[in-house]
Amino acid sequence: MKKILTLPAVVLATSVLLAACGNNEAASDKQAETPVAQSENQTSTETTDAADQEATGSDYTTAVDGYRAFAIEQIDEFVKQTEKFTDAVKAGDLETAKSLYAPARMYYERIEPVAEALGDLDPNIDARDGDVEAADWRGFHRIEKSLWEDKTTEGMTDFADTLLSDAKLLRAKVETMDIDASLMVTGAVELLNEVSSSKVTGEEERYSHTDLYDFAANVEGAHEIYNLLKDDLAAKDKDLNQQIADRFDALEKELAPFKDGDGYVSYEKLKDEDVKKLSQNLDALAEPLSNMGQVLGV
Amino acid sequence: MTEQKKDSLKKPLSRREMLKLTGVAGLGLLLGGGGASGLMALGRKSSSAVVKEAAPDKGLPFYGKHQAGITTPAQDFICFAAFDVTAGSADDLRRLFKNWTAAAAAMAAGEMIGEHNTTLNTPPTDTGEAAGLTPSRTTLTFGVGPSLFDGRFGLQGRKPKGLRDLPAFAGDALDPQWCGGDLCVQVCADDMQVAFHAIRNLARIARGHAVLRWTQEGFQRTGRADPAGGTPRNLLGFKDGTGNPDTTDAVLMDQTVWAQPADGPGWMAGGSYMAVRRVRMRVEVWDRSTLKDQEATFGRHRDSGAPLGSRGEFDPVDLKAKSADGQPVIPATSHLRLAKGDGSQQILRRSYSYSSGLDAKTGQLDAGLLFISYQRDLEKQFIPIQKRLAKNDKLNEYTVHTGSAVFACFPGITNGGYIGDTLI
Repeated sequence: MKKILTLPAVVLATSVLLAACGNNEAASDKQAETPVAQSENQTSTETTDAADQEATGSDYTTAVDGYRAFAIEQIDEFVKQTEKFTDAVKAGDLETAKSLYAPARMYYERIEPVAEALGDLDPNIDARDGDVEAADWRGFHRIEKSLWEDKTTEGMTDFADTLLSDAKLLRAKVETMDIDASLMVTGAVELLNEVSSSKVTGEEERYSHTDLYDFAANVEGAHEIYNLLKDDLAAKDKDLNQQIADRFDALEKELAPFKDGDGYVSYEKLKDEDVKKLSQNLDALAEPLSNMGQVLGV
Repeated sequence: MTEQKKDSLKKPLSRREMLKLTGVAGLGLLLGGGGASGLMALGRKSSSAVVKEAAPDKGLPFYGKHQAGITTPAQDFICFAAFDVTAGSADDLRRLFKNWTAAAAAMAAGEMIGEHNTTLNTPPTDTGEAAGLTPSRTTLTFGVGPSLFDGRFGLQGRKPKGLRDLPAFAGDALDPQWCGGDLCVQVCADDMQVAFHAIRNLARIARGHAVLRWTQEGFQRTGRADPAGGTPRNLLGFKDGTGNPDTTDAVLMDQTVWAQPADGPGWMAGGSYMAVRRVRMRVEVWDRSTLKDQEATFGRHRDSGAPLGSRGEFDPVDLKAKSADGQPVIPATSHLRLAKGDGSQQILRRSYSYSSGLDAKTGQLDAGLLFISYQRDLEKQFIPIQKRLAKNDKLNEYTVHTGSAVFACFPGITNGGYIGDTLI
């Protein structure tokens, strides 16, 4: 329990270092928030090991099954929406293709760690210009460049066909995939890392500026994982659980004003301070989330 | 200059004693690291000066067969600067090189630059912030970039074949503000103020002839923090440079670092090609990745620096080792495995960490690595290694290359000669 009490201290210290503002520290009633408490961390190894061992015995079958169902549901929808998008591209309907682009991608962005675990599918579907050798570049962003920068669907038929077949391959592979609690826990953090590395800076959707769709979808994907694991987490570490819940709330509140109908405003509408605030809220959430695995013992 | 020497003699004894001690340690490193060729070069070029040059308070020798700052054991700090030449003629460029040479030799010896430091009616020729400080093992290493050979100075025909901007590597996110340059100066010293002083004064001397294009300061753990001189750790917490070739092996250095006369062009014989990459580390993301993931990324244990599956930092790397489940112990996408390749390409890494405050946009730390490597041939050594890394290195999840430049660093300067005198 000592370990559990000291976790918020580490987390708090980190967020102070990062000058994260606007966080409501949920665990403010704990004396563990003083830096002094961190030293207890060093002496509580035995307790921790015991707690970890106990945790390892936990059964996450329900959560894992739930996540598999979620992933399959997302990929099913992803294939459907991608087909609509690629049909529009092939039909030469520029405006329809543009309107379907970002929403279709959201289904993929929610379960990206699953796709990443399946070999070369992720670069084939989602590589940005420069991520791979020029000759190998294909997928959504290749078409994005044509639609927004070159303002044409011309020459995109092959890319559209390949994209759809890659999406279908993803659907086929996910059936046989090994999903365990460890993949879920690391996947949740990876989703937020994705946001932190490229979405929050507007680098992902450099032609369409639809980064906030990806941003929201990555966060939703992480939130889904958290939802599936939160009862187990609450049983083991109430404070950490509360902190993660609060920080999801805080981040989603920051994101809300940028909603525009069913979608999100262009990334170009964001002011510098908006980007910074989103980024810092995201880091504030990802830090405790990255401790979830340790507490759950996966 | 004389004034300055007198001043430094008046320093309190305790401080001088302390300096001698660190100086002796530095000398040991110099002898260990400089190798036979360096010492032989000294003997030939300035035999009477060997003892004097190597004496602790005189700093490292500026003149020699090779430029200092390449096989020299890395000092604590770096100030790196790339310049664009604005001078209109080869004569002006030559004049700049001569002026830089005089200043660089003085600064390496810990002396003041120029004659007018006590004349009351002119600005001092030295900016003064290093007055009274020891040479601090300062090295100044000069090079020229591909753009210098564009025709402005009649040098088109002298451009080394392999000296051109690096090809685009997968995942590059280069920002022009950290790229290229007609000239470069790598200043390394055991004191940041001394290193900064050098760049500042070179820039001052260059005014009207060359302008700063980009600069980057860097650091590593100091000699005082690690008296044993273990492999430095990068900002991701891992030892960085374990696999470097042995700089005391003169034959190996000739094979891997120094351009040979037959390599062409003749003016580069004894010089070395430098690759510089400004590599930002996504430290926030790294900080929430598991230790297992971190170790799999590097292919080494964080604590010991040992290759995964081994105990000691310098244990032989066994790339064939398989774990119980048949997977390679050192993962296929690990930095170690990809950097090593089949072992046929080696480079001399001389990198420093940097911290440049915040990324104002995201509020995250702008910190990472000022990667510098020296090699005999960029195309045969650096480029294939970087290609492999860019394509598959798991470390790419946590890093982004924001700056890039290459330079041909001149051979050593003989006493009486000047920087680049083999070229122009």
